[in-house]
Amino acid sequence: MTYKTVLAATVAVAAFSANLAAAEEVKIGIAAEPYPPFASLDASGEWIGWEVELINAVCTAAELECVITPVAWDGIIPSLTGQQIDAIMASMSITEERQKTIDFSDAYYNTPAVIVADKSMDIEATPESLAGKIIGIQASTIHQAYANKHFGDAAEIRVYQTQDEANQDLFSGRIDATQADSIAMADFIASDTGACCEIKGAVANDEGVLGRGVGAGVRKGDDALREKLNAGIAKVLADGSHDEITSRYFTTSIYSQ
Amino acid sequence: MTSLRALFVPHRIVLMGLFIAFVVWCAVSLRWDWIPQYAPLALEGLWRTIWLLVVTCVLGFLLAVPLGLAQAVGPWYLSAPAKVFCTIVRGTPLLLQIWLLYYGLGSLFPQIPWIRASELWPILRQAWPYAVLALTLSYAGYEGEVMRGAFSSVNKGQLEAANAFGMPRFTVFRRIWLPQAIRSVLPTLGGETILQMKATPLVATITVVEIYAVSSRVRADTFVVYEPLLLLALIYMIIAGIITLAFGYIERQVPTR
Amino acid sequence: MDLILETLGLAQSAELLSLSPPGWGGNLLRGLANSLQIAFGAFAFGLVIGLFGANGKLHGGVVTRDLLAIYTTVIRAVPELVLILILYYVGTDLINKAAQTLGYGRVEISGVVAGIWVLGIVQGAYATEVLRGAIQAIPPGQIEAARAYGMPPLMLLRRVTIPAMMSFATPGLANLWLIATKDTALLAIVGFAELTLETRQAAASTRAYFTFFLAAGALYMTVTLCSGFVFGRIEKWARRGQPSLKRSKR
Repeated sequence: MTYKTVLAATVAVAAFSANLAAAEEVKIGIAAEPYPPFASLDASGEWIGWEVELINAVCTAAELECVITPVAWDGIIPSLTGQQIDAIMASMSITEERQKTIDFSDAYYNTPAVIVADKSMDIEATPESLAGKIIGIQASTIHQAYANKHFGDAAEIRVYQTQDEANQDLFSGRIDATQADSIAMADFIASDTGACCEIKGAVANDEGVLGRGVGAGVRKGDDALREKLNAGIAKVLADGSHDEITSRYFTTSIYSQ
Repeated sequence: MTSLRALFVPHRIVLMGLFIAFVVWCAVSLRWDWIPQYAPLALEGLWRTIWLLVVTCVLGFLLAVPLGLAQAVGPWYLSAPAKVFCTIVRGTPLLLQIWLLYYGLGSLFPQIPWIRASELWPILRQAWPYAVLALTLSYAGYEGEVMRGAFSSVNKGQLEAANAFGMPRFTVFRRIWLPQAIRSVLPTLGGETILQMKATPLVATITVVEIYAVSSRVRADTFVVYEPLLLLALIYMIIAGIITLAFGYIERQVPTR
Repeated sequence: MDLILETLGLAQSAELLSLSPPGWGGNLLRGLANSLQIAFGAFAFGLVIGLFGANGKLHGGVVTRDLLAIYTTVIRAVPELVLILILYYVGTDLINKAAQTLGYGRVEISGVVAGIWVLGIVQGAYATEVLRGAIQAIPPGQIEAARAYGMPPLMLLRRVTIPAMMSFATPGLANLWLIATKDTALLAIVGFAELTLETRQAAASTRAYFTFFLAAGALYMTVTLCSGFVFGRIEKWARRGQPSLKRSKR
């Protein structure tokens, strides 16, 4: 029986010793699924987009050594609490429900949630107008929570893994409308496939569900990192680098107090 | 069947005790307060999982019979395409097949206006036809290979005897060939059906709301991570158990030689 | 070459799939390399588990046997997708908690290691059954003869059990390897950059869903066909000196 014990021990050591390197850098989690124009992968395998640039700016300002780590959006909060990443900067809105599980830094952008539908469709962003329609939304987002709460009774809600897939189905006509972030949708509408559709209006605000802007998520009690990120965000907002990055992607500001 | 007495040897009693302790620990220290709220949704999801499983297994098997027959005895112009089909289905991940059917075909629809104008469009807009198609083809691909073996292993003497009696070819097939082939695949059929059950959660990625999608929804809404997954695993284990028992029962009904 | 592509109307697809940017071919190949790395690691890890599992099931004590029975039954009854999520989140969480109590600080688990770990445990359950069947198929006299010569257990395993069971195990193992390569696609769900996720990213960025899914399918097919060839050779080698098991032609 001894050989088994020896072998088992060797295997166990080999499996664990390789990973016992303690990490010093801060791992910033972003969604592995593309979310243009905030974060997407280009053909050379580099992450690009407004948020990626902002992460780098904030980290430089806060003097943090950041590593951008893509993880599944659907499991991004478990990845944070499970310590695979140290902070989430993936266009995640600060909501009460999420604050029960994680802490947030100050907001670094905020945009309204809008309803987008085919140009020929006579739709408004109200529950009455959307009754009987099929609405596509991305899983685990404020839009899913909002749509389930306000439209769920009268409309059919279809849940997609990524907003891109919902957009694709809006283009194919398999859904009537989608609810998403206004900036991300403006980018979609400007594309070839998005030419079919237009923004029908912003949904009525419900701060409990839609939250108070987008912030960086950190583990509960990780105040050291939260303070550093807050300082970094304040600095990029004050020294104009936030505006500079924004101006290269959008025509209007996406931050308001 | 394990006799009841075999369950009550000392070490098994200890194991069962540990298991019960684990269950009690799960029930007490984990969060289950979300169950009542999501129970109706979960039942709906469970029903859809079972529906998908039964429908795709039946359709897949019906498709597998000609596929197996073509490969076993068909002329080359039938056997070659059948073989290619089985190889492709078995050689590529099901997830990719599902996405190819749903998003790939979906991206073609807008280019073909008459489809959107046709009567079928309200059905093609749904996600479940693609799920049924993908799962059916997959089952047919795997089972076609099994049926090929079964058809070629049927005793040639019996077929010759039937021919000598002047039995029409279709009657030979219906009365002798097919029943014997099915009897010889019965033991593997249960396993294949469990594999098919394990494939059903993949269709959640194309917005079909089955039991896995419900658990994702619970995770997204409540940020409870492990509990829905554990419950989900338990549900799948129960379904697998039922499948095993059902096929065991069917097998006992079929007389062996 | 260009002319052929042009006439077939595939010029656009070829451009999208070209290996250097702006083509996405490089990304797909990188994803394929990741997939294969994980599949290989998981297969090897699964084999190690399978070897011990099979030994435990055949020669272990009553408790070992019961525990292994629970392991193989549970793993084979729960969908891989669910197992991957549970093992990925619970596993990394537990390892971190354990490391912290031991005072190691945080353990960094790379995607590749997590993928190998998760798929390896799944593979292990199937490998246990395959290897158990293969070991049982070895004529017991061979092992008894080796024991009678006083061969130590490890040497017995290396010189007799493994070579003798190879011919029985290869078809099952070939199947497992194919399952391993295809199961890597499921890691797309936990955000690991293997072939399927790279494909999805490329497809979403370019909206050329059909092109990229077909290309990825072709890559997976190539892996399958090559593996089939390699395992065919291995099986032939493992069966050398044995009477052919193939039934005579009809």
